[in-house]
Amino acid sequence: MSLFFEDLTLGESMVLGAYKFEREAIVAFGRLYDPQPFHIDEATAKASIYGSLIASGWHTCAAFMRCFIDWIERQRREAAARGEDLPPVGVAASIGALRWPAPVRPDDVVTYSTTILSKRAIHRQGWGIVTRRNTGVNQNGVEVLDFTNVIMTGRRQV
Amino acid sequence: MDLLHFEDFPVGEVAEYGATVVDAEAIKDFARAFDPQIFHLDETAARETMTGGLIASGWHVAAMMMRMSCEYFLNRSTCQGAPGVDEISWIKPVRPSDRLGVRRTTLGARLSKSRPGIGLVEFQFDVINQVDEVVMTQRNSIMFRSRVALPGATQ
Repeated sequence: MSLFFEDLTLGESMVLGAYKFEREAIVAFGRLYDPQPFHIDEATAKASIYGSLIASGWHTCAAFMRCFIDWIERQRREAAARGEDLPPVGVAASIGALRWPAPVRPDDVVTYSTTILSKRAIHRQGWGIVTRRNTGVNQNGVEVLDFTNVIMTGRRQV
Repeated sequence: MDLLHFEDFPVGEVAEYGATVVDAEAIKDFARAFDPQIFHLDETAARETMTGGLIASGWHVAAMMMRMSCEYFLNRSTCQGAPGVDEISWIKPVRPSDRLGVRRTTLGARLSKSRPGIGLVEFQFDVINQVDEVVMTQRNSIMFRSRVALPGATQ
């Protein structure tokens, strides 16, 4: 396993990690960033089309990011332990086709995975562009998040 | 209070709203919880990275945009959530003390086939900073209740 552009294999799929959506965290995120009644108020949420409190979709995305970064850092630590060079951390340029197929409710545990869809070298020295498909699945096997993202990814220096 | 319904978003309408001043501590708080990369966490260390200084997580920018949209129109509407987002592009970095606003353009509107009484309004959201640069764009549809009574509906 490596994080360099050259070492990423098309179709390769990895489990990144899992995130538990505590009720308090759902409400705290909602109050700060998405204060709609079905994210912050139990009673109103019951009367919505969702039937209970649900996490903001942005919380579901942010939790993906946390699992992705923690996974990358684990890879980096393992590479460092082997004495290998590490690529620089790249930034995401865009995302697409994002769907929240089912809501996330209090105490749900979502496991996030990523698959390499495509990659291409770019002229900007030291970088390639990698497209990934990312998904989140809850403890009952129901998909709650699905999107693609395009990330700048470090190349081996030549 | 009369809530905004599906019919209250004419295609082609442009609305501008919001004035969020980006706070360095909020950037770091969000990053510690959700995106702990060095250029979101530490001003000094961030200067040595490709970003040249502390920048907000892209997901934080999306979340700040959501907050402005809730305050401007979603929380006085019949919003029933969103099935997803077609596209987000992060175009420019967002830094501490930037002042962000939103330009919302209504692209389309249609009644849901699968959810009776619900309409989907497609919006383009441009997040704009204090020097009129577009820092992020987002395109997605949001569900609202329709005013049109359904045949056989008891409401």
